[in-house]
Amino acid sequence: MAIREEQVDHVAKLAKLSFSEDELHQFTEQLGEIIDMFETLEEVDTTDVALTSNITDEINVIREDKAVKGTSRDALMKNAPESENGFIKVPAIIDDKEGGA
Amino acid sequence: MANFYDKSLEELHDLLVSKEITAVELIQETFDRINETESAIDSFITLNEEKALAMAKAIDEKGITEENILAGIPIGIKDNIVTKDLLTTAASKMLYNFEPIYDATVMEKVYQSDMIAVGKLNMDEFAMGGSTENSYFKETKNAWDQTKVPGGSSGGSAAAVASGQIPLSLGSDTGGSIRQPAAFNGIVGMKPTYGRVSRFGLIAFGSSLDQIGPLTRSVKDNALALNAISGFDPKDSTSSGSSVPDFTANLGDDIKGMKIALPKEYLDKGVNAEVKDAVLKAADTFRSLGATVEEVSLPHSKHGVAVYYIIASSEASSNLQRFDGIRYGYRSENAATLEDVYVNTRSEGFGDEVKRRIMLGTFSLSAGYFDAYFKKAAQVRTLIREDFKKVFADYDLIIGPTTPTVAYGIGEKIDDPVTMYTSDILTIPVNLAGLPGMSIPCGFSNDLPVGLQLIGNHFAEDTMYKAAYSFEQVTDFHAKKPEILKGANK
Repeated sequence: MAIREEQVDHVAKLAKLSFSEDELHQFTEQLGEIIDMFETLEEVDTTDVALTSNITDEINVIREDKAVKGTSRDALMKNAPESENGFIKVPAIIDDKEGGA
Repeated sequence: MANFYDKSLEELHDLLVSKEITAVELIQETFDRINETESAIDSFITLNEEKALAMAKAIDEKGITEENILAGIPIGIKDNIVTKDLLTTAASKMLYNFEPIYDATVMEKVYQSDMIAVGKLNMDEFAMGGSTENSYFKETKNAWDQTKVPGGSSGGSAAAVASGQIPLSLGSDTGGSIRQPAAFNGIVGMKPTYGRVSRFGLIAFGSSLDQIGPLTRSVKDNALALNAISGFDPKDSTSSGSSVPDFTANLGDDIKGMKIALPKEYLDKGVNAEVKDAVLKAADTFRSLGATVEEVSLPHSKHGVAVYYIIASSEASSNLQRFDGIRYGYRSENAATLEDVYVNTRSEGFGDEVKRRIMLGTFSLSAGYFDAYFKKAAQVRTLIREDFKKVFADYDLIIGPTTPTVAYGIGEKIDDPVTMYTSDILTIPVNLAGLPGMSIPCGFSNDLPVGLQLIGNHFAEDTMYKAAYSFEQVTDFHAKKPEILKGANK
């Protein structure tokens, strides 16, 4: 299956990535080759074969319903790009039509 | 001062116990060696010199007992394993400034054993790649030939051990990322059974495939390291409650009567003739030690690469959605709206290989393609597991090459993802089935090391170590040293 640039552009939107025109062209070509490789799986008969999504024998691992101490807010803020008064600061999310934040 | 970098962990331990050296001297020597060789090898992203020396001082003051076998031993850590207050980047611009506020469970175990973390090792960004050329920071070089790749994604972990910078490192293996660089650098690399070692604090790539494991210069060193990092962890719901044996207990036992399988698909046309020859000679060595080696078939293994890239990329696309520029790591300056923060941060913060995998994964999981790709791959994964199950009904161990070729040139395959991906064809099926796999040196081709892959049944690492140790005792491939190590011994 040849994948088209429009499809790659759509997948990029879903993945929250953006590409320049050149990049989009290059990615389309590379993804096309990889997806061709994926299609070799068509030759395998998988009728009535179950899916493997977990390779351990563990099912429904649960722990005792016991409260544990959380992480300190100050420690968590250490890695936030910007914070103030214990809150993470982000650019304004409402576009005021004057350049946003 | 004596050179410490070609000694085994037991020899180092004896020197520490007898007080011929102190932990501080050992760690100082380690940093001297790293400083001497780092410009040639480029294996470290971050060095932990000040804290490591303070830790060594504390261990010297506490004293090292005979039982505390790994106390004072320097260890390098792949940079996707989180280390409290020590930069952890996963070799990505996205985490260029990230200092975790907790330790991965393996790090707690490292510190409980009194090992000393000397630094964080280079890798392919988010463990995606087979050559360590996808790092945001630097390109690590092969210890044997600095024009060749060290393999990946644990290239820093392998090259640092092989070049004598450190005796031991931790790597992670999603599709061969411990075994392939171990093979390319002529050392021992173990990917344990999925669930054997806690993944808590390993920056996730393909969650159903990832596993942490040790890289060392000898089989016994490796078994000692796995002893220290294995075991159930309530913080990892996929971690196994299986008991952890002493992996050194059976080393030296004879392997007479051991049944070894050699899959014909692992010696197929894609495998280089000299690699194939070295593996066939290794099979003869096992026969001479009293094992039987017989040809078997793993018919679905040829589909492993396609299955792997669908499943690993799908899991990666989900795992990497957390990198959005809000809570930690890189944030784009170029953002006017929240959508811009996400899109621009991710577009500027991730490298090309990571973007490629996120795109593949998002595509495989998207409406209209899920059944044809993800579901189909998950079904073929079942068939690959069943192939192994059938072989392990009759055999104790599987052997084959770790990689189809020896280390290739830097820059040679980086622009050709499909060729790069197929070089993991022999290691990938092991991860898909959750089995343990290891690589040990078994020969040379063009003066570069060839790796022998040993694959065990679930939780049968002790059988693999026993066979690998027997092989190591009657061969001298592990004793041959790269020039960089010879030069340092002068």
